[in-house]
Amino acid sequence: MVQEISHDQAHDASNVTNPEHAEHHIVTPLQYTYVFVTLLFFTGVTVAAAYIDLKWANPVIALGIACFKAVIVILFFMHAAYQSRLIKMTIASGFFMFLVLIAMTMTDYISRAWGMW
Amino acid sequence: MSDSHAIAVGGHEEGHEGHPAYQRHHFVSMEQQNETVSFGMWLFLLTEIMFFGGMFFAYLLYRNWYYPAFATASNQLSVPLGAANTAILISSGFCMALGVWASEMRRRKTLVVMLVLTTLFGLAFLGVKTVEYKEKYDHHHIPGNNFSIAEFVNPAAYGIKEEPLAPDMAQKTQIYFFLYFAMTGMHALHMIIGIVLLFWLTHRAWRGDFTAGYVAPIENFGLYWHFVDIVWLFLFPLLYLINRHPLH
Repeated sequence: MVQEISHDQAHDASNVTNPEHAEHHIVTPLQYTYVFVTLLFFTGVTVAAAYIDLKWANPVIALGIACFKAVIVILFFMHAAYQSRLIKMTIASGFFMFLVLIAMTMTDYISRAWGMW
Repeated sequence: MSDSHAIAVGGHEEGHEGHPAYQRHHFVSMEQQNETVSFGMWLFLLTEIMFFGGMFFAYLLYRNWYYPAFATASNQLSVPLGAANTAILISSGFCMALGVWASEMRRRKTLVVMLVLTTLFGLAFLGVKTVEYKEKYDHHHIPGNNFSIAEFVNPAAYGIKEEPLAPDMAQKTQIYFFLYFAMTGMHALHMIIGIVLLFWLTHRAWRGDFTAGYVAPIENFGLYWHFVDIVWLFLFPLLYLINRHPLH
């Protein structure tokens, strides 16, 4: 005989197979401090790198550092690292969608004057 | 506002057996409510990514078209002010993150202090931005009828160490400055909205609304504030650091 459980029991925090279950994680001030110091450090790096002539690599490095900083802000300040898969997928799909829009617009832009540059 | 207030202070008269007063009745558990609220907040932030994304894309195209104008105009911005503002904004975000922690740990005074610090850093950022805007106004670098290309076609006469631009390319610096004001202006507008919300949140935090288990408004405002930070993390290198190395 199947034992019946109430709706509340189905949302028991120990029920890790429930996709709605997201463990409530409290990030400590020490962890926030690590992120804070890392962000300040890479702000310094991005300014220093801008004053060195690295040809095409300058914007690549600048954007790379900006992306890295954005990712650690999203993961730790915004707690994405501790969220459920639903939230993680939502965030990832949003950025992916943005990249798709840029890529599709760029293909149109690049191909309009094909061979004329 | 009055509705969420009622929830935070337990305004409902009946029906709270077995769950906290701030849990809405259509949610099975706080877990489900928190998940739903975070999901909704992230969906809103994704629309914000698309909104700012359009401007970033315009920047990408015009920077490729008029690179000399963009590089020269970018060098008229102050890197020390921009870098200082980046540090100020990161500090603001750090205080906001600590505020979320204080709310979760139910430390009312720490939460209020952190929200006030978040506000002060935010105001400091806007103060620096005002100084920068004023400088652009003084140099006639705001796009429109009074825009002047003089400093770009004859930089030596103004003591600026830059390669002079041809007049037609110098006109394109207006596009750079238009994007500069549009992007930093929309960013600043988001900060002003955030600071208004911070006043309200600080008032409620002082009253103790967010240190008795009801963390969601602080958590979600934190998401908004950090998102605004992230926009600036991209604006700073893209607008200030296009070509800072000594000219060939």
